Amino acid sequence: MAIWRPDPTFYPSPRMATKAPPESLAYVVRLNPHGNGQRDAMCVVDVDPKSSTFGKVVGATEMPYTGGELHHFGWNACSSMLCPNAPHPHVERRYLVVPDIRSSHITILDIKEQPTKPHVVKVIEPGELFERTGYARPHTVHCGPDGIYISALGNPEGDGPGGIFILDHDTFEVLGRWEIDRADQYLHYDFWWHLGYDTLITSEWGTPRMVEHGVLGEELLAGKYGHRIHIWDLHRRRHLQTLDLGAEHQMALELRPAHDPTKAYGFLNSVVSLKDLSASIWLWHRHNGSWQVRKVIEIPAEPANEEELPDILKPFKAVPPLVTDINLTVDDRFLYVSCWGTGELRQYDVSDPFNPKLTGTLQIGGIVRRAGHPAAAGPLNGGPQMVEVSRDGRRVYFTNSLYLPWDEQFYPDGIRGWMVKVDADPQGGMQFDPNFFVDFGDQRVHQIRLQGGDASSDSYCFP
Amino acid sequence: MDQTAWLWGSLFGLGLFHGLNPAMGWLFATGLGLQEGRAQAVIYALWPIAIGHAAAIALAAFVTALIGYALPTNLLLVLTGVVLLGFSGWRLLARFRHPTTRFRASAGELAWWSFLMASAHGAGLMVAPLLVAMGPAAQHAHHDHMQHAPTIANSMLGATLAVVVHTAGMFAAMAAIALIVYYVVGLEILRRAWINTDLVWVTVLAMTGVIAIGLGVWGMG
Repeated sequence: MAIWRPDPTFYPSPRMATKAPPESLAYVVRLNPHGNGQRDAMCVVDVDPKSSTFGKVVGATEMPYTGGELHHFGWNACSSMLCPNAPHPHVERRYLVVPDIRSSHITILDIKEQPTKPHVVKVIEPGELFERTGYARPHTVHCGPDGIYISALGNPEGDGPGGIFILDHDTFEVLGRWEIDRADQYLHYDFWWHLGYDTLITSEWGTPRMVEHGVLGEELLAGKYGHRIHIWDLHRRRHLQTLDLGAEHQMALELRPAHDPTKAYGFLNSVVSLKDLSASIWLWHRHNGSWQVRKVIEIPAEPANEEELPDILKPFKAVPPLVTDINLTVDDRFLYVSCWGTGELRQYDVSDPFNPKLTGTLQIGGIVRRAGHPAAAGPLNGGPQMVEVSRDGRRVYFTNSLYLPWDEQFYPDGIRGWMVKVDADPQGGMQFDPNFFVDFGDQRVHQIRLQGGDASSDSYCFP
Repeated sequence: MDQTAWLWGSLFGLGLFHGLNPAMGWLFATGLGLQEGRAQAVIYALWPIAIGHAAAIALAAFVTALIGYALPTNLLLVLTGVVLLGFSGWRLLARFRHPTTRFRASAGELAWWSFLMASAHGAGLMVAPLLVAMGPAAQHAHHDHMQHAPTIANSMLGATLAVVVHTAGMFAAMAAIALIVYYVVGLEILRRAWINTDLVWVTVLAMTGVIAIGLGVWGMG
């Protein structure tokens, strides 16, 4: 069990992690939209260009239960194990922690012995999670210095508050709720932290009731979805400050703090503006000891003919960009933005985080655009969604499904799942890898994790 | 080298050994220096860490000195050996969680963390057999074959001196490596050189325990 040297995939600093060797495997969750009993699975995709099975699914492990929906997942341990205030350098990165956003199971997969054949070592049953934490619908997983942190959208009855709970990173025992004082925080979605400032940030989507039957038009128009982020003392587990984007900016989702622990800023996406259907990227930053937030990118909606639009959008005669995921490179230089509605992946140079510069755009899928790919002429549906970036920032992977109940509203003809790869120029600019288009047919795919770590898996205590 | 010098040397040497362990604090000091971008932050962090460590050693030293006043030396050696072996077994078999604190720890938090870290790792226990051996050795050096027990004051003075010597070694090693990594080597070294000190440590603890029992039993015979 104990190892002699630190896990080779742990890097003290993000600067060192950018020099990590290229990944050869990607893990991606495959979900079954048909409700016919076929199980969701963890798929293994070969991403080594020198391999004969490059761009193919080389392994799949089905979940040991049915009736769920796989969504996000993460590692049991990562570079934060090297943090000097809680050093656990000889824990291995070998387990994927896979929560189920619908059924609330949490499955632990071991990938050490056979990386292409993950095997199930433990399933945490929903009842155990409910009993020990009072939370349900687990979502984001982050490997913390002192345990595995997992966010949850709400309680077993489908209401709030949502929050964070902790798993032991050796035994995967559910240790309980994380929050000691949550103040007025009620909605939950994503979380991450600034280890160098002992600060945790959480974002807001909606309670399970508000999201599990699709977006609720009335509540959306009333500004009821999340539009705030919360700042917490990571060590004392107490709420410190609330930052409000304004109720106009609905659904404050992905949090991408700078990887450099000396930098106290990060990026957040808001999905849709009630004013003009635009999407926006916000920057939170620390100024004179307190935290502030400001809009740094706005992406407008595109006009469209009513007959090309799904029912939910017909009244607006426009396609909203629906920015539903963002990802920041490990060197904190480029931000990737998924416009799931318009079918665009955007690349911004955020070297100056207050003044992002658009450096690249790729089009694929989209509610109206239906753009193709060099390896798949199209039309393609779905759009850039979960995006992941390699540690060196050279390769970007993304998939096209958001969340089953919402997929049906925006792509009612039924998304066909795919995963693509983009080659990024270190100086800005990007292009599709014409040899990489993984077709999942009528199954859908969501989050991707790269073997050994990626841009959204690891956090660091040293600059 | 007479026995006394050898004992004091070992005490200092164990201090160096403790100081080199990244989990005892040098890495924390280096990390705080890097976070703030200045070497003074490394130095500032070293003091409370050393004080916390000294407190953990002092606890063991004074407990040993007090018990030493009541028990024959050889029996005490066997006793500390048994405790050491038990502690090593517990560290190997039971699930062990390190004490944690905030990254931007205050001086007080650093000292408390260091105290907990040293205690949880058995740093004081590791030194205990030396302290036991030291009491009578010091007596023998000055009062050959005089069988009267040391006074409490003498025991406490010896224990204090032992803590100072040990902590000096710990501080020297910790300061040297923290600053060398900060200025010269860089943290890349962690990936190669951060060996599982917990395993080394448990081995040393167990060996110390065996030696203590051996010496005690031999002395009694």
